[in-house]
Amino acid sequence: MAKASTTPKMDDFRLGSVSDFAAYRDSLVAARDPNQPVIVVCHGTGCQANGSPKVSEALQKGIAAAGLEARVVPLIKNTGCHGFCSRGPLVIFQPAGLFYQRVKPGDAEDIVNTTLIGGKVVERLLYHDPHTGEPIPYDHDIPFYRHQQRIILKNIGKIDPTDIRDTIAAGGYQAMAQTLTTMTPDEIISTVETSGLRGRGGGGFPTGFKWRRAREYTILSPGQVYIVGNGDEGDPGAFMDRTLMEGDPHAILEGMIIGAFALGASQGYIYVRMEYPLAVRHLGIAIDQARGLGLLGENILGTGFDFDIHINRGAGAFVCGEETALLASIEGRVGEPNIRPPYPAQEGLWGRPTIINNVETWANVPHILEKGAAWYAGLGVSHSTGTKIFSLVGRVQNTGLVEVPMGVTLGHIVEEIGGGVPGQEKFKAVQTGGPSGGLIPYELKEVPPEELQLARLGLKSRGSLPVELKELPVDFDSLLQAGSIMGSGGMIVMDNHDCVVDVARYFLRFLQEESCGKCLPCRLGLTAMAEFLDRFSKGQGTPGDIDELQSLAQAIVDGSLCGLGGTAPNPVLTSIRYFRDEYLAHIVDHKCPAGVCRDLITFSIEPETCNGCGLCAKNCPQACITGKKKKPHAIDEKACVRCGVCRDVCPVDAVLVV
Amino acid sequence: MMKGPRPDIDSILERYPRHPQHLISLLQDVQAAFNYISPDHINLICDHLGVPITKAWSVATFFRSFSLEPRGEHEIKVCLGTVCHLKGGERLVEGCERDLGVKRGGSTEDLRFSLDTVNCLGACALAPVVVVDDQYLPNTTHPRLSKLIKKLE
Repeated sequence: MAKASTTPKMDDFRLGSVSDFAAYRDSLVAARDPNQPVIVVCHGTGCQANGSPKVSEALQKGIAAAGLEARVVPLIKNTGCHGFCSRGPLVIFQPAGLFYQRVKPGDAEDIVNTTLIGGKVVERLLYHDPHTGEPIPYDHDIPFYRHQQRIILKNIGKIDPTDIRDTIAAGGYQAMAQTLTTMTPDEIISTVETSGLRGRGGGGFPTGFKWRRAREYTILSPGQVYIVGNGDEGDPGAFMDRTLMEGDPHAILEGMIIGAFALGASQGYIYVRMEYPLAVRHLGIAIDQARGLGLLGENILGTGFDFDIHINRGAGAFVCGEETALLASIEGRVGEPNIRPPYPAQEGLWGRPTIINNVETWANVPHILEKGAAWYAGLGVSHSTGTKIFSLVGRVQNTGLVEVPMGVTLGHIVEEIGGGVPGQEKFKAVQTGGPSGGLIPYELKEVPPEELQLARLGLKSRGSLPVELKELPVDFDSLLQAGSIMGSGGMIVMDNHDCVVDVARYFLRFLQEESCGKCLPCRLGLTAMAEFLDRFSKGQGTPGDIDELQSLAQAIVDGSLCGLGGTAPNPVLTSIRYFRDEYLAHIVDHKCPAGVCRDLITFSIEPETCNGCGLCAKNCPQACITGKKKKPHAIDEKACVRCGVCRDVCPVDAVLVV
Repeated sequence: MMKGPRPDIDSILERYPRHPQHLISLLQDVQAAFNYISPDHINLICDHLGVPITKAWSVATFFRSFSLEPRGEHEIKVCLGTVCHLKGGERLVEGCERDLGVKRGGSTEDLRFSLDTVNCLGACALAPVVVVDDQYLPNTTHPRLSKLIKKLE
């Protein structure tokens, strides 16, 4: 990974009081020239992979070469992820928000000459509305951003995460300074309780309630208390936590410091997944810089309150996202979960009360204390307050990271923000909550008669699902009712090319491998479930097997020790609930309607479309494609292993799957 | 990948106080420096931290980031997160297995390459993703990956 930017040299002094902090922030704001243009280059993992460090370099060089040094020199800032990953690398002119997408290093010269010197827009780099073809110059007008409400992500894409001064100038640590000097621990906990904040990591447990319990335990048994940030984002298809840790690490630290003050903790840990090296690096820099300024460590801002944070790198075990397994791994033990109760709030790290929250939950805390519980509770819907960050990925036009108030509909997220499925009218299903969640279809295929009756009368029965599930509100309780969960916020959109049996099988295999093996229902039950699905994907089995699979799944839900096993059958259960016809197509008709399951499909080449380029024949591992140059080729079905390489390499889409 | 001189095991041990809680961190540092963890390393770590050898083995074999056998010089990690799975990550793994003549999780005999799968790199917008020696390859295709492997050989 290329280095995002070198660590800037920090001011060498500690802020001894809250007034020192306010004066420092004022001096940082005053030192900024409001007329200086700022060019932001996205340095999220996605944009970096697409070459943004080179774009940043080319812009620096271009500006130097153009002799702009003497005039108003723009500041080039490498920031965290802007969320619109499918359009990267992104270059944005602040404060106006002129938005250039898919920028290559070669475009730098044009940007300098046309925009910086000429004051004009480089039209080919603008985002074009896929429906109207019209260019949209400013980020806030692009549908992907227009339909979002960015609160937690507000600073990401504006600040340089490796420079604490940028965070402070943007309002960072203000809530902490205020809270530490004007509020009592009980007031802080009450505020979090009233805000209705629920855990962003998956379970959706009320955060304030958890804090209150830990506080009670510490009063009963005085001594060390621990604060933990869970950044072990293991759900495939989710990258909210990564973006937060990379793009605005101070927001997480600030939330944890406030939590530590409320609980009287002096030591905190952030547990980061090992697959996120940039997040580890940025959090490390943030901790060092905060410590340097006296915002972390001993006697924070002269208040006499001590608190420090240590980073623990995960070692590649999905189960460590489960809180008791994560705590075991911080202690240096094998990451196996324990039976709860006792909950960590009572007995966590080394037997002491421990508050463990997801890093996104922590990042919500400063906002709640700064703007108040009532403001926060006013966002979203009752029982699911605030905003939530989702990673919108899969078969959708605009992939990336989105933040919306709780309770907006699934269709709104996928169709308005995501721009819908490319080339198809509607999505087939959306998988929420990762391997612990479920598939939610676009619409209910088989509506219960009483529901249908109500729908005809234009009524919605209380507590029932909408007939069109794209109208399903995305909040903790509605998703649960639909058989899925909010989870950490992964949303994987699927279309008609995706087979639900294959997806269910994929998640089961994933969990089977990641099961720690401590309890029997999860260890053996998931293997047995996977065997059912393996048979289905080969077209074997009977319709009765589907019912048997369902009852086995229920046993695993009931009997497992931790959340991994307890939610593991969800993808299978929801796929049966909503797509039983597709299961029957496999078992009874021996067909895979989506053309995915290898034992049920055949590959052939459409002679009318084939241009005889020979790429398929060259790449076929079985060497079973033959044909003369510039003449239609053919596949020997008997030798074909249906690996799909020919379809991947064909430039004219002549390979058919039936 | 190895950059600069390899730190010796003693200097790695000295990074951590003698407390069992540092077992995983120490194993990670040794893995990063030597590309694998040898039985000798485990013994030295146990002596340093005061941890029973059986416990160190159970931890080293539980987490998938630790390897008890030497890994190849170049590491190829194919992402098999949900989106990468839907967009053909599995076919990329199969392609690499054919190109290198090893199964996933294995290393070539000459220890030039190791082939691994990872659960999700959180770069889903770029699916399918492959990481070769810490370099992310967005929207990877098998022909492009093959070319890169040939270049590294």
